[in-house]
Amino acid sequence: MVPHILSWIIFVPLLGAFAVLFVPKRSAPLIKWIALSTTIVVFGLACLALASFQPAHAGFQMVERAMWIPQFNVQYLLGTDGISFPMVFLTAIISLLACLASFPHVRVKDGREKEYYFLYLLLETGMMGTFLALDLFLFYVFWEVVLVPMYFLIGIWGGPRREYAAIKFFLYTLAGSLFMLLGILGVYFASSPHTFDMTQLVGMPRGLCFQKVVFLAFFLGFAIKVPIFPFHTWLPDAHVEAPTPISVILAGVLLKMGTYGFFRFSYPLFPEATVWFQPAMAVLAILGIVYGGFVALAQTDFKKMVAYSSVSHMGFVLLGLAALNANGFRGAMLQMFTHGTITGGLFLLVGVLYDRAHTRDLNGFGGLGAQMPAYAGILTFFSLASLGLPALSGFVSEFLVLLGSYQYSKVVTGLSTLGIILAATYLLYMIQRVLLGKLNPKWATLADINTREVLTLAPLMALILAIGIYPKIILDYMIPTLDALLKVVKVT
Amino acid sequence: MNILESLKYFIPELVLLGGAFFVLGVDLFIKSKRTIGLLSLFVLVLTAALLKAPAQPLPLFYGMFQLDAFAHFFRYFALAAVAFTLLMAYSYAPLKGPYEGEFYGLFLFMAFALILVAGANNLLMIFLSVEFVSMISYLLVGFLKKDAKSKEAAIKYLLFGSMASAVMLYGMSLLYGASGSLALPAVGNALFFAPFKTLAHVSVLFFFVGLGFKISMAPFHMWAPDVYEGAPTPVTAFLTVAPKALGFAVFMRVLAMVFTPSWAHWSVLLTALSILTMTLGNLTALSQNNIKRFLAYSSIAQAGYILMGLAVFSDLGRQGVLVYLLAYLFTNLGAFAVVTLIGEQTGSEDLAAYAGLSQRSPMAAAFLTVFLVSLAGIPPLAGFIGKYYVFAAAIQAKFITLTVVAAVNSVIAAYYYFRIVRLMYLVPASGPALAPAPRPLFITLGLMFAGVLLLGLFPAFFLGLIWR
Repeated sequence: MVPHILSWIIFVPLLGAFAVLFVPKRSAPLIKWIALSTTIVVFGLACLALASFQPAHAGFQMVERAMWIPQFNVQYLLGTDGISFPMVFLTAIISLLACLASFPHVRVKDGREKEYYFLYLLLETGMMGTFLALDLFLFYVFWEVVLVPMYFLIGIWGGPRREYAAIKFFLYTLAGSLFMLLGILGVYFASSPHTFDMTQLVGMPRGLCFQKVVFLAFFLGFAIKVPIFPFHTWLPDAHVEAPTPISVILAGVLLKMGTYGFFRFSYPLFPEATVWFQPAMAVLAILGIVYGGFVALAQTDFKKMVAYSSVSHMGFVLLGLAALNANGFRGAMLQMFTHGTITGGLFLLVGVLYDRAHTRDLNGFGGLGAQMPAYAGILTFFSLASLGLPALSGFVSEFLVLLGSYQYSKVVTGLSTLGIILAATYLLYMIQRVLLGKLNPKWATLADINTREVLTLAPLMALILAIGIYPKIILDYMIPTLDALLKVVKVT
Repeated sequence: MNILESLKYFIPELVLLGGAFFVLGVDLFIKSKRTIGLLSLFVLVLTAALLKAPAQPLPLFYGMFQLDAFAHFFRYFALAAVAFTLLMAYSYAPLKGPYEGEFYGLFLFMAFALILVAGANNLLMIFLSVEFVSMISYLLVGFLKKDAKSKEAAIKYLLFGSMASAVMLYGMSLLYGASGSLALPAVGNALFFAPFKTLAHVSVLFFFVGLGFKISMAPFHMWAPDVYEGAPTPVTAFLTVAPKALGFAVFMRVLAMVFTPSWAHWSVLLTALSILTMTLGNLTALSQNNIKRFLAYSSIAQAGYILMGLAVFSDLGRQGVLVYLLAYLFTNLGAFAVVTLIGEQTGSEDLAAYAGLSQRSPMAAAFLTVFLVSLAGIPPLAGFIGKYYVFAAAIQAKFITLTVVAAVNSVIAAYYYFRIVRLMYLVPASGPALAPAPRPLFITLGLMFAGVLLLGLFPAFFLGLIWR
């Protein structure tokens, strides 16, 4: 067991980022390999942490604590449990694979590798910190650290409307997080003694009215990130304009920061308000699921379709959260993980096609199944996983969510199953338009997926299949913590 | 404390004053103006080295000059601001010429004047020291005599400033009439009594005008953009930081010593003015095309955030003002150092000159990005700590409307700060690569960058210094 392993996980990418800064601009290959090996080291550290993680233990593990700003009782407090650890692991995998997927993408943009990988690694530090911080102040700092590199990554290396997408993402998220900051300050001043320490804040009594107001402040920050229905408009822009690896990070990790926030902060800090807002959350979840599904169905841009399918699938996470019972929570938590792997994979696949064809127009493709058989197989695999085919992980998580929500409300469950039908529709319709039918002669020269690309996808497929067949391998890590959370929220 | 006793606590200031006269005198005989610059820097460093924190508040010169921890902080602040400005001006080409030595000398007098403001504890002293600062400011703004913009700015500043001072002086006369004394503590005591309550409510308004002018509080901010645009860039950098900070210092002292009992009345007004200042500053900054005007409006908006701490006026609020000012010192001087550099090398103050800067001068672009992100209040940089403090103070005192407005304003501000970032990184370069920064400017940039980063990452250390 490595001492301070969580700190290493957070700051190794930062070290890598600075290493990249000291390499001359010309030696692009060296920069790439530094970045890749950094993400490999982080993944290795995450595996090490996995080895010493005790699944049966509900509380925080590997806690690191140091005073940071004594004047405000701000601590450098890290720790992990069944809620944050799967996210850390997911971040490590996705960062590694997206880094590998970055190689060809950055070269197109007149070789600004140095800036790209510096920002990329900075982003990883921010994401890891967000999931591991247990001090609200520290959490806020990491949460914001994610924003700036993301702005540049979309803005410099993105598609034609990148500038608009980048600033929109930035301002939306910043607006949400500033209100969250006000909420954090509210919690701080309402606690006695004043503290940002999550381990102490949970269980402190707070008035219902206060809880509702502060819940809303946090909600704004998290809901924009997820994104929940009326706050989702930044997502299609950002996902579509971002370069492929960054779309993967956005869908795979950044969206989870929002739902993670609910699990980690909103629910345990404001249990009464959580119960009070339960119907509202459920309604927003249905809206997201159904609306996202219908809009995805109408898309002709492949990437935009996947982006809207994210809105729909993240709606299931919210639905599980709204169910406020064991199955719902487990499903939501699992859905966070599986959505990260499945949608991350779909974005990679969109990128593979776009790199070759330079278009994403679904109606312009056709018959690629014969032209690119390996690609077709993988795309079908991910699509089936996304639409919830049994034996793949998407099924398990969505089934658990619906099981949970059925205990809460039959109407809600009935309406949200519509989302599954829609998912099947838009995904199969996509497969039909891209892979089946007559081959457009324009694409007769497209090469099949190459080894590097398969390498970025294979680990995800392994995970999807493994979780789909035997979900216990991951649920075991989550369940004790989630059950403890249910006790805090005081509903069983 | 009588004059002779006081002198021994006043040695650093006397050294500074002596140094200023010395520099001005030596300037007549020495041809190499760069030596004069170095000499001035040396005087500042020497003064700073001589400063000693007072064990308890000392009413120097019969209470004219209150040397307390608060004044002590601002002594350092003033010296640092002047020293960094001199470093910045050291390589500023338009200043080169026969008058360069006077420029340095004037700045030493400015440092002395600022220190007087920090400790002024008497209405007369306040008026004199504030006027002292203003007079030198007028001179510095119009220092480029051949530049029409610079001259216009100086005249405008002078007219606005005189008007504001006159109004404040009238307010002081009311206070003197009521209390029969000029010393702040005596005035404060007199205003406690019932017949003078109303007078307190009225006279505080006059101070709002006079000091509001200094800190560029709306609606007394009109002078700022024109003056900031016209003045030589290092002077602009200085004006946005030091006189403003000291304006806040004396404002806080007056409010604390004299007007505390009528807090409920002026707090509402200050809250409204804070909202007005930040909103006006931010909305106007959105459409600026000249970098100096842009930063001028941004500095007006920043004054609005700092006013939050003043409006709340709790312990946390007052601390917040100091912390914010410190963060602002590093950030704004840093941003202006980049503006000086780009102005020197491209000869342009247009935002267009910043297009593709990341390719033309990666170092300058990276520095400016850090400063702008800090101005936008994003962690882990200095600006965030300042903003965090005033937000915390406002939340603690339950000024909810104020914080919500401030949060929305921060988003607007982020938009226009990122306009510049966008220009530097997302827009293709419009010209050839720039030469590296001259050494003094580079040192300034490095110091400011270190300040922004360290204050952001290890605020505890700086907070410890302020409240030792």
